[in-house]
Amino acid sequence: MSAPPAPRVTGRLLRLAGGRVSLRVGPRSVAVGALAAAVVVLGALVSLTTGGFPLTLAEIGETLVGQGSRSTEFVVLTLRLPRLLLAVMVGGALAVSGAVLQSLSRNPLGSPDVIGFTTGASTGALVAIVLLGAGTLGTSVGALVGGVVTAAAVVALSAGRGTQGLRMVLIGIGIGAMLLSVNGWLVTTAVLQTAVEAQTWLLGDLGNRGWPQVVALAVALVVLLPVVFALARALALLELGDRPAGALGIDVGRTRTVLLIAAVGLAAAATAAAGPIPFLALAAPQIARAATRAATPVLLPSALVGAALLVAGDLAVTRLFAPVPLPVGVATGLIGGLYLVVLLVRTWRGSTT
Amino acid sequence: MTRLLAQGVTLGYEGRTVAHDLSVTVPDDSFTVIIGPNACGKSTLLAALARVLTPAAGSVLLDGREIAGYRSKEVARRLGLLPQTATAPGGITVGDLVARGRYPHQRLLRQWSDADEVAVAEAMALTGVADLAPRLVDELSGGQRQRVWIAMALAQETPILLLDEPTTYLDISTQVDVLELCARLHAEVGRTLVAVLHDLNQAARYATHLVALRRGGTVAATGTPEEVITEDLVGDVFGLACRVLPDPETGTPMVVPRRPLRPGPGAVAGRGVGDGVPAVGG
Repeated sequence: MSAPPAPRVTGRLLRLAGGRVSLRVGPRSVAVGALAAAVVVLGALVSLTTGGFPLTLAEIGETLVGQGSRSTEFVVLTLRLPRLLLAVMVGGALAVSGAVLQSLSRNPLGSPDVIGFTTGASTGALVAIVLLGAGTLGTSVGALVGGVVTAAAVVALSAGRGTQGLRMVLIGIGIGAMLLSVNGWLVTTAVLQTAVEAQTWLLGDLGNRGWPQVVALAVALVVLLPVVFALARALALLELGDRPAGALGIDVGRTRTVLLIAAVGLAAAATAAAGPIPFLALAAPQIARAATRAATPVLLPSALVGAALLVAGDLAVTRLFAPVPLPVGVATGLIGGLYLVVLLVRTWRGSTT
Repeated sequence: MTRLLAQGVTLGYEGRTVAHDLSVTVPDDSFTVIIGPNACGKSTLLAALARVLTPAAGSVLLDGREIAGYRSKEVARRLGLLPQTATAPGGITVGDLVARGRYPHQRLLRQWSDADEVAVAEAMALTGVADLAPRLVDELSGGQRQRVWIAMALAQETPILLLDEPTTYLDISTQVDVLELCARLHAEVGRTLVAVLHDLNQAARYATHLVALRRGGTVAATGTPEEVITEDLVGDVFGLACRVLPDPETGTPMVVPRRPLRPGPGAVAGRGVGDGVPAVGG
């Protein structure tokens, strides 16, 4: 066989099963994903072993197989492990949701927090806490309902040719702003005790959560992530435009709807579990895409970057500021806010040249 | 059996009807060009033929079946479309963009087969962009970019290719390049081409079959360029008084607008805009 021709497409080709299975893998994507995964693992090890109650790896191992002492079991299984798992899953879910929405709206600002979804989830949760006096489960359900209803409203108002591009983002910002004032009003009408509870939820917290939240979120991920990953190539093709994508055999209307529902579902599940965590859905996919220099939305690297950012951020706010328990939203707000400023400066500079 | 035809279609956008009860047949193995004035429904008809637009009434038939009844990927394996506007994602290389055209032939777990490799290579060789494979699409000139989009449509390996105004926004030598490429695709590679063109002389030169639409979406004439491009038709459809001469290079009909631009009273009926008012060209 003659020497293979010069590669015309980027990425390495993976051939399996005698050529019947072939996948194209970008080396940069693999590198970025591996790096992010390494951060997650490292962060996991640090968060499980350090803190107010230091443990060794051996003790962790024993506890995981059910042979630890009562106190290590409490620390690991009730405090640290659920928190860690939530950080990984919430980070991943928000990142994928952001990646899909940014790609569908063809706008780097089209993430669930900017299009008003997260504010809507907060409204739902606040209604549950302030008006209905609900507990943790009720608050989660409220957040879920509020987020989904808001997303449906934004999509419905920007339906037609508006779900692409600026219009959906603007409508989302508008609705988000209105709901923000509703949220503020809800908090002021509450008695002090409830108001504190509401405000705490609004800050987003990975702690004070239990296995029910972890399992519920895991179920949502198991259902929604495969749907999104299966449509990853279609998502990339939709970025060419609706007409070219349709000409290439993509059922544009149905694909957009399914992806939209999945993205909203992921953000809803994450917010129901941990409260609104700002900027992660905006920044993580952008960072992944910039690092991999990819021309497509890179979903798996985005998920890993999101998980890495949240694990590292949570670690930072809990360990660096101990014993004051800062909410993880502070870390993501700082990182994400900084990133947003950089993005805006670059965009403005680009548009004036 | 003709592979692609529209039967009594009514086409429109959001309440505005562009064509009513329009029937157009695309002869097999032809290079069909659709001509007509602005807003006569040329691009809309092409969109309906490509299945990116659903007719409000009537049907488009592909290989004897209703085109709406096929699965999207099935249509994409038989019909390729070069749309008027398409955005290349930032940072994509030429090779990758052309490779996107292989999507209808790929599956989730079969993302790059030998057939894909061959098709992309051939498409890029035909359009002369093989050397540009590692370059970023954003860095290319307009003409180069148009050839890359054509390569992507070619990589789809469809027997029928639809082109929506492939020469608009290009300079004249690039326009000729693109049309020569289309002619080669039709004659040598044996594809059926359907293109929407604004330039009557280009249409007459390259088409084997012309479809002239009037404003309002009705067929004014169909046939060979010699049959369709006549002084009467141009006056009727475009409201332009002209002479039709044989092109000195190819012998095909060549439209030369007369002065004054509008036919006077008693001559061929025009649009009645008034003498001396410059035409909004066809």
